[in-house]
Amino acid sequence: MPSDVRLLDACFGPERELAEFHAAHSGSGGIASFLGQVRGRGTELLELRHYAPLTLPGMRDLAQLCQSRWQLDGMLILHRTGQIAPGEPIVLVAAAAPHRRQAFAAVDYAMDHLKSESWFWKRERRAGTWQWIEPRPDDYAAVQRWA
Amino acid sequence: MAARLVFLGRLEDIAGGPEREVAPGPLETVLGALEPDLAVALLGERVRMALNGVLIAERGGIVLGEGDELAFLPPVSGG
Repeated sequence: MPSDVRLLDACFGPERELAEFHAAHSGSGGIASFLGQVRGRGTELLELRHYAPLTLPGMRDLAQLCQSRWQLDGMLILHRTGQIAPGEPIVLVAAAAPHRRQAFAAVDYAMDHLKSESWFWKRERRAGTWQWIEPRPDDYAAVQRWA
Repeated sequence: MAARLVFLGRLEDIAGGPEREVAPGPLETVLGALEPDLAVALLGERVRMALNGVLIAERGGIVLGEGDELAFLPPVSGG
């Protein structure tokens, strides 16, 4: 089953996307998912930039890595670019697998790598001022768990 | 036809824009013609480079030809 990997420049509906993923994998033992959204605390607007020659190909490689590392029936990776308001979704990752452990692990792995190793640059506007955000030390620690 | 430099993330702020056309030539010459603070930022050890969409492992010996695109990629942050 091929992965569904997309870079989206407009707001998407995670419920609809998950419903379609569930429908496509109704025979799987389980589906795990993670939804990341813009925190409201002080953030007025979030902006995600990408570099087209690298970003989507890198996301596809990540999905393929997950598929080769765990026994999966399918993988969904959706990531926003552009300006995103508080409460709106940034990223949706889901994995369908015969057993729960593979599904949990694949989603966890994909999120850790999207956070600190995928080709995105994030900045946020607080009190009218834009500031670039770099991964926190625990984001790097999270991705090193898998090495 | 010129070569193009692309600045991602905070490098865009330092450069004053997302990209810039430059005269083709060896990378040292291209960087030498930029503002010193921008050149220093582009040479930061955590900044990676991609030539025409392909990541570069070694920085030495890069020569930009006409139409080439060299992207400067600071530490990423997605999700």
